Amino acid sequence: MAILSKKDQGLLMDPLADNNPITIQVLGICSALAITAQLKASIVMALSVMFVLAMGNVVISLMRNIIPSKIRIIVQLIVVAALVIIVDQVLKAFAYELSKALSVFIGLIITNCIIMGRFEAFALGNGPWRSFLDGIGNAAGYGLILIIVGFFRELLGSGTLLGFKVLGDPIQKTGLYALGYEDNGFMLLSPMALIVVGIIIWIQRSRNTKLIEEN
Amino acid sequence: MANTEKNSYTVIFAVVMVLVVGSLLAFTASSLKPTITKNEKFEKQQNILYAMGVNENVEGEAIFVPTDSVQAIFNKYIKEQLIIQNGKITKDSSAYLIDLKGQLKKDMEDRELPLFIGEKDKKDYYIIPMYGKGLWDAIWGFIALDENYVVQGVYFDHKGETPGLGANIKQRYFMDDFTGEEIMNDTKFTGITVAKGNNDPLNERKDDGKVDALAGATITGNGVTAMINSTVKLYIPYLKDLKI
Repeated sequence: MAILSKKDQGLLMDPLADNNPITIQVLGICSALAITAQLKASIVMALSVMFVLAMGNVVISLMRNIIPSKIRIIVQLIVVAALVIIVDQVLKAFAYELSKALSVFIGLIITNCIIMGRFEAFALGNGPWRSFLDGIGNAAGYGLILIIVGFFRELLGSGTLLGFKVLGDPIQKTGLYALGYEDNGFMLLSPMALIVVGIIIWIQRSRNTKLIEEN
Repeated sequence: MANTEKNSYTVIFAVVMVLVVGSLLAFTASSLKPTITKNEKFEKQQNILYAMGVNENVEGEAIFVPTDSVQAIFNKYIKEQLIIQNGKITKDSSAYLIDLKGQLKKDMEDRELPLFIGEKDKKDYYIIPMYGKGLWDAIWGFIALDENYVVQGVYFDHKGETPGLGANIKQRYFMDDFTGEEIMNDTKFTGITVAKGNNDPLNERKDDGKVDALAGATITGNGVTAMINSTVKLYIPYLKDLKI
């Protein structure tokens, strides 16, 4: 990491833990609830958001001195929507299978509040390189939580990971299922995602008491 | 640097931004359109072939025939493509390009309903396209029948069902269950029901016209039931005419 200054490292690493977009800033919760029933979907969503956030941050950062402040939110929205549509079209033309697999995620990216949040809070006031790092860092922090939640929901809800039956076959009654274990179908529903995120927040704050707000 | 707070600047900026982004998107869309249309065409052929059992499935995973040879395989297995309009049946080699969604919106007599007849191992397959509604958006698919109205295979797809729940209608463990079910009870059309609690998770009873539903995907499952029952029903009078 010697190529990055201390400050730049912070841009990349802070969102992973002490300034995590989901657990600390409570942004991007909607997609964290919606698509984490499977680990694969979580990973795909994390990568898509990383691409759009990093690119969008760079574009907004390059335009930061010419954007009229009165319409800056609309400009940000146009940039992210245009980026997402271009990505979608290019995938459909040259990686059709992949675009089928991504299906709903592409559209969901636009609605992710982390993206508008980082444009507004960071890219409008910083240069392109630092904005790029900030985008990667925040998307990684977001993705990390998504993957943790997806891991537990798929494992406990469906007994699989990335589609592999790691706990045995529920119908043939092999592995854990032979001992009477049952999948918890409740894990597949959105409320459990919120509870899992809540548990992560609890663990994080109990390990790092600085994060606890004083009343 | 111009004063970015002035109203005139804001208006000019907005206009230029819209023009630039608009033309960029229009350019991307129109230059990629031919490639995208071709991909969609091949996908439809792959779907039709999948329903009649021409695929490269490995255990637990649905895999289509390869995209670069699908045209040749399609020509080999699909021996007739028909269009049914107001009781008249005509042959049309581009029937597979018909968009069923648009046809279902039309009046009964204006509808052009595509039907495909495939042949594999000296056995005829009658492949019917389907279109319906899931929980969030459209679902569609193809169902292949033999001359006794027994399902030989299905393919389902969806636009935006929930990943991990409704989206699993395109998983093999769901689609495979349909094979062997009958859509007719003697001479009466019964369709196939995606049923909760039919106590048959392995789908061993093939004569009940029911397949086991997906957990957590009630509405999508009901959508599949409705889709099969409403679209396949339209074809039943003509399938009899075709002496199947």
